[in-house]
Order: sequence, then C-alpha cells, then structure tokens
Amino acid sequence: MFTQTLTRRVLASPLVDLLTGPHGVDRYTELVAPTWTTGDARAKIVAVRRQTPRSVTLTLEPNRAFTGFRAGQHINLTVEIDGRRRTRPYSPASAEGSRHIELTIGRHDGGLVSTYLCEHARPGMVVGLDSVGGEFVLPSQRPRRVLFVSGGSGITPVLSMLRTMRAEGSDRQIAFIHYARSAEEACYRAELEAMPGVKVLHGYTRATAGTDLDGRFGPEHLATAMPNPDAVFVCGPPALVDAVRAHCANVLSESFVPPVFDIPAEASGGNITFADSGVEVTDDGRPLLEQAESAGLTPDSGCRMGICHSCTRRKTNGVVKNLITGAVSSAEQEDVQICVTVPVGDVDIAL
Amino acid sequence: MTVTTAPAPKAISKTVAGKTVTMTPEQAEAFGRELDALKDRVIADLGERDTTYIRRIIKAQRTLEVSGRALLFGGIFPPFWLAGTAMLGISKILDNMEIGHNVMHGQYDWTGDPALSSKKFEWDTACPADQWRHSHNYMHHTYTNIVGMDRDIGYGILRMSEDQPWRPYFLGNPVYAFLLMVLFQYGVALHEMETERIKSGEISLSDKREILEGIWRKTKRQTLKDYVAFPLLAGPFAPFVFAGNMTANLMRNVWSYMIIFCGHFPEDVQEFSIEETKAETRGMWYFRQVLGSANLTGGKLFHILSGNLSFQIEHHLFPDIPAHRHAEISEEVRAICERYGVPYNTGPLAKQFATVVRKIVKLALPSRLTNRAPVADAVPAGV
Repeated sequence: MFTQTLTRRVLASPLVDLLTGPHGVDRYTELVAPTWTTGDARAKIVAVRRQTPRSVTLTLEPNRAFTGFRAGQHINLTVEIDGRRRTRPYSPASAEGSRHIELTIGRHDGGLVSTYLCEHARPGMVVGLDSVGGEFVLPSQRPRRVLFVSGGSGITPVLSMLRTMRAEGSDRQIAFIHYARSAEEACYRAELEAMPGVKVLHGYTRATAGTDLDGRFGPEHLATAMPNPDAVFVCGPPALVDAVRAHCANVLSESFVPPVFDIPAEASGGNITFADSGVEVTDDGRPLLEQAESAGLTPDSGCRMGICHSCTRRKTNGVVKNLITGAVSSAEQEDVQICVTVPVGDVDIAL
Repeated sequence: MTVTTAPAPKAISKTVAGKTVTMTPEQAEAFGRELDALKDRVIADLGERDTTYIRRIIKAQRTLEVSGRALLFGGIFPPFWLAGTAMLGISKILDNMEIGHNVMHGQYDWTGDPALSSKKFEWDTACPADQWRHSHNYMHHTYTNIVGMDRDIGYGILRMSEDQPWRPYFLGNPVYAFLLMVLFQYGVALHEMETERIKSGEISLSDKREILEGIWRKTKRQTLKDYVAFPLLAGPFAPFVFAGNMTANLMRNVWSYMIIFCGHFPEDVQEFSIEETKAETRGMWYFRQVLGSANLTGGKLFHILSGNLSFQIEHHLFPDIPAHRHAEISEEVRAICERYGVPYNTGPLAKQFATVVRKIVKLALPSRLTNRAPVADAVPAGV
C-alpha cells in the first residue's frame, strides 16, 4: 500500500511532469501497461460471460484513476473499433463501491458498439471509462419499501441499486419486476431467484412460458409485487416508464431509448457563432452539434441523445432550448449539451 | 448597388526547367477531380492499420527517448554517450516529424483518440503547438509559395525567392541560413512573432504580447527539462547529460531543417504571385501545390525519419491524410501529374539540398547580378 501511494505521488509530481513533458507521464506508463495511467480512467476486462443470446456481461477491473459511480448512474465507455474510438453510456449492474464493475450490454440491432462487444469482447481487452453521470440514483435517505421495475437491458442500473441496498445489509422490503421477451432472454434470472428476501417476478412478453406475470405493467402487476411502495425505480423502454408512472407515485425513472425530438416547426433563423473556431452559420433548426458538424467542425460528442455530456459546451450568449427537457436557457455563461440543444435566436457557443 | 463579379478563371503558365507548363481552367478541373477521387478512396479505407502504425511509431519514439536518456546518465563512457545521444536525437526527430507534425495536421483526428488529437497534441520542441497550427497548417498550407503571403518563403529572415526585393542585408543570406539551421527549433518557435512586420512598423511588439508569452512558457519548460533537470539528476555526470541533450537537439535541428528546406526550395520549384492566385479554383490550388513542392527519394527508414515529408507533393495535396499513406499513393499521384503534363519534382537528398544551398548563396546577391528572370515576370497564358 505504502509503495503504491509513493508511486502515485512520484508520478503526479511537478518534477516528473517536467521530465516527461510535453506529453505527460501517462503517455509513457501506458506503453508498459495500458491501464497504468494516473489521469485517464481505464479498465481491463477480466471476465466475459454470455448469459443470454442477445447480451454480453463484462467484468471490468478499473484503474486507480477511476473515481467510482453511484448505483443507477451510467459510465461513458470507450471502445476502439477498427482504429476509431467509440463512446457509449452503459449503466453498471454491480453494487456501488465494489472493486469490479459489471456491465451487461444488450445487443441493439444495427448498434455498432453493442454488437462489437457482444461478438468480440474478451478478457485482457482495455476500455476507457470517460465520465460518469446520471440523476437516476438512490436517495441518501433510503426508502423502506422499494419496488424496482426494469425492461430488457434496463435491468442493469436497477440491479445495481438492488445489490447496493443488499450490500448495506438493510432490512428493507424489496420487490423486483423484470420484463424480458422470453425466459431465455432474461438476464440474471438465476441470481435473482437465488436472492433471499427479495420478491422477484418475471414478465415474459413474447414467449410466455414460465412467466410470473401476464401482459404489460398494470394495477395487477403492482398489486402482486408490492402495493403502495414508498419509492419506485424504473428503467426500460419509454412505454414501460409511462405505464409505471401512470399507476404509481414517487417514481424515479430512466429510459435508454432515444426520445423523439420535438423539433420546432421553424428554425429561428438566428445567427450561430462558434466563437473558438471563428465560424458563423444561420440556424436551420437542428441541434447545435449537427449544425456545427455541417459547418465542418468536429466537436467531441457521444450519445447524441443528451445523456453522456461528452458534447457539453459553454454558451456564452443568447437563448437556447433543450429539446428533451424543454428548458430554455437565457442566462449568459451556461453549459449546454449541444446534441439536444437548439437556438432560439442569436447564440454564441465556445466551440 | 455594387455588383462584383469574380474574375473568370484563366490559364496559368510556368517555365519549369526550360519547358513551359500550362494548365487551363478545364484541365485544372479534371485534374482536381482525379485527385479528389484519390483522396476519397484513401479516406474510405482509413482504419485500424493507420492507428496501429502511428502507435508503433510512438512506442518506438518513447522507447528510444527513455533508453537514450538512461544511457546518457552513464555518459562518462564514450560508447554510452554516443548511443544515448543518437537515440535521443532520433527520438526527437520522430517526435517532431512523423508524430508531431502529422498528428497536428489532423491526420489522426478521425481516430477519436485524445492522444492523437490535432488540437491537444504538444511536441518536444520550443515552438508552442497552437502557434504552429496557425502559421503552418493554415497560413503555409493554404498560401503555399505565394510570395508575400506564405511566410515560409525565407521565414522573414532569408531571401529564398527572386521576387523578394534584394537589400544589402541579404548579403548575409548564407550566414543567416546556417544560424537558422543550427538553432532551428528557436527559429520555428519565433515564426509566429512575424518580426519582419514588427520591424517594418506594420504591427507593434505589443500586438504580439500573447504570442511571445506562449513562446516563453513553452521554451522555458523545454530548456529546464533538457538543460537543467535531466543534467542535475545525473549528479556528477551532469556535463555529459547536458552535452548529450544539446547534441540531440542539434541533430534534430539540422535534420528537420534539411528536410523542410528540401520541401519547397530546390531548383525548379515554382513560386506564385498574389495576382496569379486570385479566384483560384480547387484544381488550380492542387496545381500550385504540386509545382510548389518537391519530393525526396530514399528507403523506408529515410521516409519515416523525414516524417514522410519526403513525399512533400502528396503531403501538400492531402495534408490531413495519414502521412504513411503518401508513399502508397505517390505512384498514382505521379501518373496523374504526368497525364496533365505537370512536372513532379523529386530527387535524392544530397542533390536536392545542394540546389537549395546554391539558391541561398545566389540570392545573397542582387537579381541583376544573376542571370535568371524574376518569376513574377511570367505572363499568364491566354490573356
């Protein structure tokens, strides 16, 4: 432990920074071992399981640059495919604070990264852990009677919450409903069934053999699982989230399917200034990221659905609207997610 | 209301090695289309091979650097000093040329790797990367060989073109050229200061305050690293490390100077006037890039050490495709040039550099003492 601390101290010292300048010490140590970096959070895949035909479960060993996540949050995972880095947000299924991160990635049809990981992930592979985010978390004052609901690969953040609460040894009442297409496609089935003290119900929507619940979420499912829970945490397709919200109070939710943008019928026609690049364009109504790209700029971006914050830029002047939340930002000097933000008149962006 | 019409594109003629080369607007368009198609093909093919290539070069560079510096600590033994210095010098050459210059051109931006990002990369030389990106990527690559616009013609201190009016100051041309070679990293660092414009009174020193601060910050750290920190770490062997580092920097200075001067200054490389390049089409821009650049012949290792600037013509046509691809497409570029009668200037380093030295010496004297007609006198054909 002492030598590790000493090593880290030395590597982070101004003298080492000068000696390894201008590249920095990480650009040397990573050549010895790709995860040996002090500034870049990275992880090595130490185990790969394929629980279901359409998913892959990865166990990651993060390096010391990774500062952890809260149960329910997502990590922006970077994978290199054919020489190009691709970043996608994935919610870990492992408990908060555990040494290893567990990710279960469902294969999306036509999804570049999920397909790649399902087919090519292997132990020893190194991935980037770019940033952590998300408001879908457990309240610090844990509720007493909790219902978790998930659909498909939405199981991961909810399972992380469940595992976290159980690791805390709390004597709370917990029920868990998970929807999948079939028993074969239900991740973590064996583990959930073996979990004592948690009422687990499965709903299979296509091949219904072995299902505990029939059809979609509704009052009966709620009554079977847990009537009047103190808090409900749901993650899944928008239809599931809407159904749960319609029948329960105190719901916290996350949806992993890109929302359909309500693009304003008319472009503002305002003047967009990408100040750092010295580029000006006339607003055509699309998100700022797309307009910047059409103007030949290459700003950082990731999910393109407003959740990973890779594309966040400082709006220095003007009014913009967030297409997801509908929030209008008129204050000067605000950070905005340019992938889901459209101008409302003239706007200056530090890009 | 004022109506301005762009001047109609016109043919350009140049005399290269005694032969007249003419490019009409129609030819230029077809020429440009062929080169664009070639570029599109390479871009569609970019992938893991390119990422692997540059990472291997980076690994080699960092390994040479660390090993070289380690050997220099034992520099009291002459074989260690020689090997350590050579390794460090080669490491700096790789860092500046095949890695730094090319990464900063955006050749690897498509990888999405922050360590290969043109905007974030910083190199092991005195010149700050952000200033280089402006003076080189933008100014030099856009206005290549246009006298009065491309500040790489003489770097504001040398007379490298007949079109630069002679002044008695230029009698020292060979001396300045030699000093620039030896101190090349500082010459490059000061490039963005535009000292000739300060001297002429066009701008004042205070306009360049931020630029100067940037140069000072970077140069200070580079100097501290090579000439203070590493020597001090060697304790009693400090003088060996100091001398080794200085020699390695000198190796890089001389080598990069020779390669870079062979890019645009060998015999028969053409300069252009602002007038000639007004309302220039894309095809004509390609034409100017080929006539204004010269290649070097050599083996694979030579090309890597030159940062593939030995394919200067291909580099100037396509500055943002990975440089190791320039060798692969050079035959095709040459064939396209031949088809349009565009001369493709290439030769071994010794021959090309000899013509550069001759030019430096010749241009120290006023034009009337030399027999060649100034380039600006070339009359555009078809007028």
